[in-house]
Amino acid sequence: MMGRLPAWADVVLIPLMSIIAAFGISALVILYIGENPWEALKLMVDGALGSAYGWGYTLYYATNFMFTGLAVSIAFRASLFNIGGEGQAMLGGLGVAVVALALPWPHWTLALPAAMLGAIVFGAAWAAIPAWLQARRGSHIVITTMMFNFIGAALLNYVLVNILRPAGSMDPATARFPKGAHLPTLHDLPLIGSYFDKNTPANITLFVALAACVAVWYLLFRSRLGYAIRAFGKSESAAVYAGISPFRITMYVMLLSGGLSGMMAINNVMGEAERLVLNAVEGAGFIGIAVALMGRNHPFGVFLAALLFGFLYQGGAELGLWTTIPIELRTVVQALVILFTGALDNMMRMLVERIFALGHRRRAA
Amino acid sequence: MEFSTLIQVLDSGVRLGIPLLLACLAGLYSERSGVFDIGLEGKMLMGAFAAGAVASITGSAWLGLAAAIGGSLALAAIHGLASITFRGNQLISGVAINFLASGLTVLIGQNLFHLGGRTPPIKGAARFESITLPGADALRDVPVIGPVYYDLISGHTILVYIAFAIVPLTWFLLFRTRFGLRLRAVGENPESVDTAGVSVLRLRYTAVAMAGILCGIAGAYLATSAPSAGFGKEMTAGKGFIALAALIFANWRPWRALGATMLFGVLEAVAIRFQNIDVGLFVVPVQFMQALPYILTVVILAGFIGKATPPRAGGQAYVKER
Repeated sequence: MMGRLPAWADVVLIPLMSIIAAFGISALVILYIGENPWEALKLMVDGALGSAYGWGYTLYYATNFMFTGLAVSIAFRASLFNIGGEGQAMLGGLGVAVVALALPWPHWTLALPAAMLGAIVFGAAWAAIPAWLQARRGSHIVITTMMFNFIGAALLNYVLVNILRPAGSMDPATARFPKGAHLPTLHDLPLIGSYFDKNTPANITLFVALAACVAVWYLLFRSRLGYAIRAFGKSESAAVYAGISPFRITMYVMLLSGGLSGMMAINNVMGEAERLVLNAVEGAGFIGIAVALMGRNHPFGVFLAALLFGFLYQGGAELGLWTTIPIELRTVVQALVILFTGALDNMMRMLVERIFALGHRRRAA
Repeated sequence: MEFSTLIQVLDSGVRLGIPLLLACLAGLYSERSGVFDIGLEGKMLMGAFAAGAVASITGSAWLGLAAAIGGSLALAAIHGLASITFRGNQLISGVAINFLASGLTVLIGQNLFHLGGRTPPIKGAARFESITLPGADALRDVPVIGPVYYDLISGHTILVYIAFAIVPLTWFLLFRTRFGLRLRAVGENPESVDTAGVSVLRLRYTAVAMAGILCGIAGAYLATSAPSAGFGKEMTAGKGFIALAALIFANWRPWRALGATMLFGVLEAVAIRFQNIDVGLFVVPVQFMQALPYILTVVILAGFIGKATPPRAGGQAYVKER
């Protein structure tokens, strides 16, 4: 049954059908609430893409999701399910905050690379322990990364309340980052600046995210390590036979994955909030799962899926603002996308295979 | 610490541990049959919402309980379809179910009640009230035994006693009946069960359905068991994941599940009551207490203390040979 489909059906048709199914059910939910799905979609498109303000937010969210989507994808390529992107992004935020507050940064061009390093080191460190436990002690990586999300939240809570909170402040958050650590928004940039609204958070991190997509693509498909990662993901025993060390691959992949999740903090902590707050990640780590599944674990697919989820996020917020549709519709759509592209993938595949088989029979007759 | 404080903390530990116990036993059935379930949280949340909504509309706690089981079972059916019939990734299916519940409960709740995702407050017959066990009032003033019996053992709602009763029942079902033997076998070595002419799919669906029922009861407990008075947005607040941790901590065994969930319940009660604990040399921060169940689980998983051995066929869909 499996593997008899043409490549385009596998890469384009099945994901497309999954998205249509997810959006179809979401439309039914909107009908149940008593709103018009078509009107809702128009409002979403208008709110997320129809103005400089709208796409400023859409691109800001998409930047977050590119990082977390790449993080989940790279782990999936090695058959590792890193569900801990949320915690790794939280710790990445801590890394950014520590770096940004450590020095009176003179200019963002110096602060950005340093903060990136902080984000990567902290995010990767938070992934390293589950990775080591998986590789050396056989603990299930899904459970340990999940536990580390909660442990990370508690740790961040402790650090913010007891260490990084400025004296006299009641808010569990760090002080504002120095002026020199301020990243230019897309509005501040020459040439393209006029297309973006001054009050939107989309910033220069978008280009870092795009570069990360290209870098991950190169790593996965053009480098020796990428080949080893994919071979290990397809068959661990075959990889071992080819001289690939499962321990090293697991560690490398999880460090990369954690580092990518952590990098998200450049966008939301340094680029937007300019201080570290308790709930900075806001579920973007989990959305990375949906983005990776929808993007078929390919960096280009992740890029497209991140844009779609950015649109969904900003559009959903607009719906919450202007209609009786609660903002939680976003969560439902996200769940349906994960369900159809991830868990019910085989159902779609069987359906498509049946349609193709029908076509063949007709041609044969 | 005073004796009365101890009793209070233990009593609150039981209250906090009950939803963990029910969800943990739910996970036990599912995972013993070879189906991973990280969707306990979502099923419990859906159950809590259904219980709160139906109890407030009908005024009956029992109808609320039935609705909770129904709502949770609906999500369990999705999990079964995805992970048993269509052989999808069980973990991804669980993640999807958690988000589905998180979004749908608020969407439906806001549409029905317009209270920002909450359900209307309930009291009287719409919720399960505390039961005073026979003789509790008489024994109340007897030293030591009085407080233990009156405050700790008596004075809970019926769901608490049901939850405790399910522990020996589960043990008996799993380890003393033919069904239990088959259920455990299907989680260890499904081929052998299939060879014996027993349907693997049917056993796994049964187990997933039992997980649905138990998560439903856990949800009903959260929303409609006094002193709780209705459903609140994101009410489960990670309890499903602590239950999963407890399941690993309990090494997939019912009696140990009781121990682990009660331990985690008491840990939470201690964290709530004492906040930062000064142990003389240093202060244990409240955040550490909150993270302790997760830390303990990682330590157990790492195999430094004890060893967690999950069912061998867990997470793998069964493909029948042709």
